[in-house]
This record gives sequence, C-alpha cells and structure tokens, in this order.
Amino acid sequence: MATLTFTRDDRYNAFITMLDNAETGPGKLSGIGIAIKDNISTRGIQTTCASRILEGYLPPYDAHVVTLVKKAGAGIVGKTNMDEFGMGTTTENSAFGPTKNPADTSRVPGGSSGGSAAAVASGMVRMALGTDTGGSIRCPAAFCGIVGHKPTYGRVSRYGLVAYANSLEQIGPMARTVSDISLLMEVLTGYDPRDSTSVNCPYAHIPDPDIRGLKIGVPEEYFGEGVDPRVASVVWDGISLLERKGADIITCRMPSMAYALAAYYVTCTSEASSNLARFDGVRYGPPADTRQTWHESFQERRRDGFGTEVKRRIMLGTFALSSGYYGKYYAKAQAARQQVRNDFLRLFREVDVIAGPTMPTVAFRIGEKTDPLSMYLSDILTVPANLAGIPAISVPCGTSEGLPVGLQIMGPHFRDERVIDVAYAFEQGVSR
Amino acid sequence: MTGTADTAGQESRVMDFSDDEVIIGLEIHCQLDTLTKLFCGCSTDYRDDGPNTHVCPICLGLPGSLPRVNRKAIEYALRVAKALNCTIVEESEFARKNYFYPDLNKGFQITQYDRPLAVKGYLDIEGDDGEKRVRITRVHVEEDPGRLVHKGGADRAKYTLVDYNRAGIPLIEIVTEPDIRSPKEARKFLNKLRATLEYLGVFDSEKEGSLRVDANISIQPRGWFDREGKGKADRGRAEVKNISSYKGVEKALTFEVTRQKNALRRGQRLGTETRHFVETRGVTTSSRSKEMEQEYRYFPEPDLRPLRVCTWADEIVLPELPDARRARFITQYGCSPIHARTLTGDLRVAEFYEQVAGIDPVFVATWVADTLLGELNYRDMSINRVSPDWFRELIVLVHKGNVTDKGGIEVLRSLLDQIRESGSCETPGVCVGRLGLRVLERTAETMSEDDPVVKAAREVIAEQPQAVADFAAGKKEAFNFLVGKVMKKTRGRAKPADVNQVLLAILGKEG
Ligand SMILES: [Zn+2]
Repeated sequence: MATLTFTRDDRYNAFITMLDNAETGPGKLSGIGIAIKDNISTRGIQTTCASRILEGYLPPYDAHVVTLVKKAGAGIVGKTNMDEFGMGTTTENSAFGPTKNPADTSRVPGGSSGGSAAAVASGMVRMALGTDTGGSIRCPAAFCGIVGHKPTYGRVSRYGLVAYANSLEQIGPMARTVSDISLLMEVLTGYDPRDSTSVNCPYAHIPDPDIRGLKIGVPEEYFGEGVDPRVASVVWDGISLLERKGADIITCRMPSMAYALAAYYVTCTSEASSNLARFDGVRYGPPADTRQTWHESFQERRRDGFGTEVKRRIMLGTFALSSGYYGKYYAKAQAARQQVRNDFLRLFREVDVIAGPTMPTVAFRIGEKTDPLSMYLSDILTVPANLAGIPAISVPCGTSEGLPVGLQIMGPHFRDERVIDVAYAFEQGVSR
Repeated sequence: MTGTADTAGQESRVMDFSDDEVIIGLEIHCQLDTLTKLFCGCSTDYRDDGPNTHVCPICLGLPGSLPRVNRKAIEYALRVAKALNCTIVEESEFARKNYFYPDLNKGFQITQYDRPLAVKGYLDIEGDDGEKRVRITRVHVEEDPGRLVHKGGADRAKYTLVDYNRAGIPLIEIVTEPDIRSPKEARKFLNKLRATLEYLGVFDSEKEGSLRVDANISIQPRGWFDREGKGKADRGRAEVKNISSYKGVEKALTFEVTRQKNALRRGQRLGTETRHFVETRGVTTSSRSKEMEQEYRYFPEPDLRPLRVCTWADEIVLPELPDARRARFITQYGCSPIHARTLTGDLRVAEFYEQVAGIDPVFVATWVADTLLGELNYRDMSINRVSPDWFRELIVLVHKGNVTDKGGIEVLRSLLDQIRESGSCETPGVCVGRLGLRVLERTAETMSEDDPVVKAAREVIAEQPQAVADFAAGKKEAFNFLVGKVMKKTRGRAKPADVNQVLLAILGKEG
C-alpha cells in the first residue's frame, strides 16, 4: 500500500470534488491516480452529477467500476465536472460552473465528460473514467485532444452509474494514449451479475498496430452537411494515413443517419424523464419543508434543484411517453433505432471498421452555443454508435484553427479490440 | 321492482329493474412468498423488525442501483399462471409505470404492461348456480412500493414517515374477466384462488397486507353484458380500490350493489368512478381526488432484459391442487362431497385432516369439517393453533366411547379457549378428568347401588313419581323423559344404552 498525494491546483475547474490523497495498491493500475466522472457512485465521496439536487449525497456503495479500479491498485483523485446528469455537449450545464478546455481556455472542453477530459489533457491525472450516452466520452476527448473510448453496450457494468439514458450509456476509459485506454479496458470489462444488461466478455488484449488488409468504411454522411470542411479535411488526412499503413478505404452510405439524431433525443429524454423522477426531495437534498403539501414540496424541489437543460429534457421525455404520443415518438424512435442498428450490421458485413470525424467542428467558445437545437445537432456523428450499442473510439488526429480534431473509429459489437488496434495504428503512425 | 319516473320530468319513462344482473371483475394483488425481494437480495421477512431495516441501494432506488430479477418470484408466478390454466407467453417484459408518490422510491414502479407473463386462463369455482368458470385475463408480476406511516392518523398527522421495508416485495397481479355475478361469488372466487395459491406454496395468507383487491362492479340488464361486452357499460360502473380482506370484498360489493340499485331506481346516471372501501364503516366512498385519467407513461424497463419464460414454464411441475385433492378425499377417505369441499378449501385444513384421518376417515371428517372449523370460526382462530396430536387424542377418546360426542365438544371448547387465552392447553385426557366427562363404564350387569348409573336412575325414579306412574300406564314418552333426566343427572357421561337397560331393569322389577 502506498499513498498518492495531490495538489489542489484545478485551474480548469475539472473537478467537483478533489481529494488530498488516495490509497493505492498492487495491480494493473498500481500507483496511478485516476479521476472519476461525478455520475459514478463512490462510497462516502460526494456524487452530485453536477446537480444541485444531489448536492451532499454520499453514496453508501461503490459503483462496480470503482471497485474494479481500486482493486487494480489505482488511487481515486476526485470526481470530475460534467454537464448536469450528462445532459450537454460542453460541460457548461454544471451547477458547479463550466470546465475550461486546457487546449484553449476560452473554449469548452466538450461534454458531458468535460471534467474528465480536461483533467487528463492538462496532465492532472493519467487516466479518467467518463460515461458516454450520445458521445459524452468521445466529444470531450476530441475537443481536448485525448483518447476516449465508448465500449460495446454491456461490456462494462453500469452498476453504480447514475442513470441518464440506460439503454444508451456506457462507462469508458479516457487517457492520453491508446495503450492506457487498452490497459483501463482490461480492468473495466467483465461480467457483473448486478447489471442485467452486462455481458460476459472480458477484454484481454495488447494493441496491435498491424492493420494491413483491414477494410475501413467511410460513410458519406459523416462528411455531409454541418461538418466543418476544415475538420473534414483534417480527418481525411488521418484516414489517408491509415490507408498508407495498408488499410483499404471504402466509401459507403448510412441512410439511417437521417433519423439517428431524432431517435436519440426521443429515447434519451424519455428514459431520463423516468430516471430523474426519484429526485423528489424525500430521500436526497436538504430536508423537505413539512409545512407544505407533498405536491407543493416536490414541485418546488424539482423546480429549484434541476438546471434548465435538465428540465427541458424531462419535459421532452414526459411528452414523448404520454399516451397518444407514445406511438408517434417513443415507438417510432425505437423503429428508427433498429434501422441504425441494421445499417451498421449491413456495413460490417462489408467492412471491418467505420471511420469518420468524432465531432463536426472544433471546440466551441464558452457561451457560444445558446440555442439548444444547434447544440443537439453537434451530436450527430456520435449518437449512431450509442443507438446501435457498438464500440467507438476517438483518437487525436491533428488540429484545425489550432484546436484538436478527433478521428472516430467504430466497430462491430464486442470488437472493441479491433477499434483500439486501429486507433493504436493511427497513433503510432502520427508519432512516427 | 319498478323504478320511479325520471325526476327531471322531460321524459317520464318507467324503468324496470327486475331483470338486472350484477357484473363484477376483480384485480387481485398477492404477495409472493419468496425469501428475498423481487429485484434485490433483501429479506422479505420484516414483520418483527423496525422501519427501513430490510433495505439496500436497489430497493431504496438509490441513484446508480440496478434491479436484478429474482428467478424464484418469476417461477412462483408461472406456477400460478399454470394452475390458472393460462397461456404462458414466449417472451415477457418488465415496464415502468411512472408516477410521483413518496412511497415510490424511484418515481416509477417496475411492473408489466403489454407483455405480461401469462394471459387467457380460467378458474372453476362453486358459483351461485353450481360449478362455474371465471376467465382470467392476465397474470403479471410487479414490485410493491413502500409504506406511508401517518403518525396520529392520516388526517391529523403533521408529517408522514416512509418505510421502505415493503418496497420491492414481489406481487402477483391477477385480473379476471367480468364473469362474476354476485358479491358472494366474488368471495367464493377469492377463497378458491387463495386455496390454489397456498397449495402452490407461493402465498401466505396470514401475512399482513398479503392480499389487496380492486373490484369493478356495475349493474346491467340481464344478458346485456354478454351482448355488448367489456368497456361498454351504459349504466356506468364503479371501481372499488384497495380492499384488503376477503370479508371486505363481499361487504364492499354488497354495499355497492345496494347503492347502485338505489341510484338507478331514483333515475340517477352513474358515471365511471373510483371509490374507496372504508372497512370500519362497511361503506364505499367516492374518491376525493379529482376524476382524471391517470397518465402512467409506460415504457419497457431498459435495465432488464426480456424474459424467455415459455422455456421455464415447461420445467414447472404443479402439486396436487384443490379440485384434485377434493376428488381424492371422496375416493380415498369416503368423505361426503360437502365435507371434501370444506376440508380441501384450505391447505392447512386439508393437511390437518390427513394427519388425523387414520382413526376413522368419515368420523374424523365430520369432526374436523363441522365441529372443529365451526368452533375455530366462532373464536376467529386459525387451524394453525391446533396441534394434530392433542386433537387426535381427543378424537380417539370420543371414537372409543370414553367420552360422548357432547362431552368431546365440551372438551374441545375448553381446550380452544385455553389456547386463545394462554397459547397452550392441557391434554384432552387431563381436561376430560378435570371436567368429569369420562363416560360411566358399567363393568358388569350389576345393579349394585355403587354403580353411578344405577344410583342416578334410582334417584330420578324417586323424584319423578308421576312419570313413573305414566310409564306404568303404558305411556312411551314417559320413559324417554326419565332417560333424559338420568342423562342430565350423569351430565351426559352415561351411555344411552346403559341408561335404558338400567331403567328398564328397575322399573320392570318394581312395576
Ligand atoms: Zn433491497
């Protein structure tokens, strides 16, 4: 046993809670300080999801992944900032103030795992845990210039992850190198009987940069309307590098992209409206005002405790699930989701992985995105992987306007190893 | 019965209610008697423990916790579905029912919506007009919410406490078609259902809150329902919510029948309304909350995978059920059909009977079905409190003639009273001795004055000269009168045959 001590110099506001020190032990992550996104339960350490409504909440138990990283010898440095309950693309929607992008402090770090990305990018920690519901690991990884991987749905236990959209989200690794991503994957994966959606598929793999003969599909839609041509150009350069390393590049089409964003937002808001119902003032937050009636009390608590974006999504989801609208929205979204899945299944019969930009643009300026709809549109390239449940990684592939750009690589279900190999090959190619 | 004219007066039609029928459908929630809760490992046996002691992150609905299905609960529910002759679906799914209430830890209840475990079954019961079939619409499982405790009563309490010990207890919901035609039939259906659940070993009716019933009831012209079908109640209907006892169901429905009939007779229109049964007053009252369509926003539970239940169902072997046991009691023990029905209507009674039947099955059947159950019912006691050992001892005493039937009943009453008061009782033998109920055995045909029967007979003859004279004059009734007096003097301990013999011997000699 050893003790890691930390400095509390958090100039990017990456952390909501910082600890002074942490115990580390023997194991694969021995002596490594790790940051945990604040929607992952940590026993006795405040877990807020960046929301006022959970301020002061001390979980009585560790999330499965927290138990795993502790067992592997890592020391927990603190809990990182995020968009409230994961709802956002910039980490501006936090009750604890926005996180700044270490690459350019006038810019957002991306979201919702912006705190974890900033902590890794700035060197405060070597690795971090993020969560990805519609791109929340890959977007900040791309914006901050680090590596972030969303594992195949079911490969990492969600037990202890405060749910935003259960059917879409996964906990995943964030680090500066693909090797560290791979190392963390070894620790995080494996069957957990407490998560009924968990799949027994442990990751035991050493990244292999040999991608000769690998078929890489590039969907036209990933370079379509809304994608900044400068970002597109940087990503094409990256894809060319993979070609030079022996991969075959095959352009393809993904028509279901037309419905992906709508399907995503209907699904995640519907699930969120139900998941967040438990925050009614009875069990969490300051004591209820007993002079009020139950209805007055819980309405007031939810009105004051949730941020604007959270309330917007709860209302959207409540509407989408209402009788009379269920068929029009939720049921339709599930049908569209199936189409996205089918598109991927079809493509993966022809190609081994799919590549494209992670984000359509570089990091926004802080305060730039005021219109929620234009914010939602920036998730278009990341949500398909969540809808289908497939693995997807974002790896740094250069800069545009001096800001980091991410290359996204997606693979078939349970082929996280392949996706990580391609990212590794790319990383090795760039550094040479 | 003829209704009065419409009070509004625009239209004076005379309504005839003589040919109406009562239409009842039930929705029954029962606790499945598993050791652990539906989605976590917490123990379900919290009765003797303090509030919020049988809880964990899952049944408290703490952020990040995930449900995991207790296979035993599903297996229990499938047993019920099979016993109710239901079709078990290929794949069943849990759904979230969203609403806000302080006892609801997650802000939603995990239940089943459009993909229940089983559909389309039936249960045969003894209806008002003989054997009848009540169709079952669906069977599904769900979690119980917690429990609210209003300190000092719901109306006056300054605050309300929440106890989540009950949160996550597995419930089975059984919905019937509206095939029941009277409150009495409803009670008979529930009794049969309870017996079936207990035979299956999935239900303990003695646990507090183990059963809750919602009843749909309306009064329609005879035959109307069969023609028009469900959901077209032209005269309106009431849904009586949350009846928590078997007796309560019959009471609540009887009240509703009278209330609805009176309202119809007065020409009132009955809308569709939700009512509550006030057990203490035996009445139903209109729900205070405004009549509004509840919006539960059901959607599939994303944290649980669909269950392929049809494959599990194949592995379930059902035990002997009430109907089969009833048939066996008739053939194996020679019980009368009525006794067989009574004895098999409750699992504990059936098992009790089989433990003591060996002495003389028909004789014991009368004693258990008529005598014992009657005395228990009078005292509102459960058969669980009667030990087959002492009951057997008592029956043997009666059967051998050591105690008369009458004496046996006296002993039984005394023993049950003792149990009710102190929890235990003396042995039947001791009780017989204490009460002096042992039958007076005449060892020989002696007419010795020491023989208590002889002694009693001589006393009676001395006390009743008129009857003796009447007997001498040939009046048969006079002899019966004298026998009765002797029996009374011996406090029922003498055998009637002995009394006859002794009386005749004395009177014959003296006459
Ligand atoms: Zn529990």
